[in-house]
Amino acid sequence: MKLRIVVTLKNGVLDPQGRAIQGALGGLGFAGVNDVRAGRLFEMDVADDTSDAAIDEMCRKLLANTVIENYRVERVA
Amino acid sequence: MKAAVVVFPGSNCDRDMAVAIETVSGVAPTMVWHGDAELPDRLDLIALPGGFSYGDYLRCGAIAARSPVMRAVIDAAGRGVPVLGVCNGFQILTETGLLPGALMRNAELDFVCRDVELSVENAGTMFTRGYHENETLRVPVAHHDGSYFADDATLDRLEGEGRVAFRYTGPVNGSARSVAGLLNARGNVLGMMPHPERAVEAAHGNTAGRRLFEGLLAAVA
Repeated sequence: MKLRIVVTLKNGVLDPQGRAIQGALGGLGFAGVNDVRAGRLFEMDVADDTSDAAIDEMCRKLLANTVIENYRVERVA
Repeated sequence: MKAAVVVFPGSNCDRDMAVAIETVSGVAPTMVWHGDAELPDRLDLIALPGGFSYGDYLRCGAIAARSPVMRAVIDAAGRGVPVLGVCNGFQILTETGLLPGALMRNAELDFVCRDVELSVENAGTMFTRGYHENETLRVPVAHHDGSYFADDATLDRLEGEGRVAFRYTGPVNGSARSVAGLLNARGNVLGMMPHPERAVEAAHGNTAGRRLFEGLLAAVA
């Protein structure tokens, strides 16, 4: 089973990297970039019988730091 | 003082920490490899050193926090054994949950490597008893990810409980409420971004960090 796990910063958590990327886009002449938030994408291949609970635990225990990050699990196939 | 310094792949302040502990206490600490599941018995101090454990992969300290030795460190902290985490050690402590909050990329994105001024916010702890309340001292920092984050309710609670041990007196890395060093509720776990072990001997040009180790030594004697 293929998974895509998207980890993003929670609202209200300052993202200096996103801000720098936003500034660089402006420097390249792209107008109207109102905000950039940088995140992380994990593409994983797990056994087909992996439970939702186990996937959720992987996210909470390691892939995301739930103090500052949210996560979203997408099943690709 | 019977101390252990945990060594992770990518630690680079482990020997500095060991020399500082030996210089002050007269006893060389045991160096414990991250893959070891057990710590020596009856420790007076566990030190998590600075560096770039596991290459800072995923998040700073994230992989180290899940290494076998950290289960033993968490157990020992729960029994009241003093734990000092410096720089990457502080990041590891927040990743294990022994300390609340998280350490994020410096607000200006720079790697900050210089002496900074700290104020001692709580001198009534085993780590800070060698200092006076509100005393200021200069200690080196060297980090890229030292911007402390916790939500406002958590910060209010930490301040109310006297758990902010050290604060930066000026801008350094964007830390919430200028937090530079933080204690757990019981007061036996301290995480701090500045490096007291780099300010111990006259040859360092600064001995402001020495009193932290001397205070610990007196506290566990």
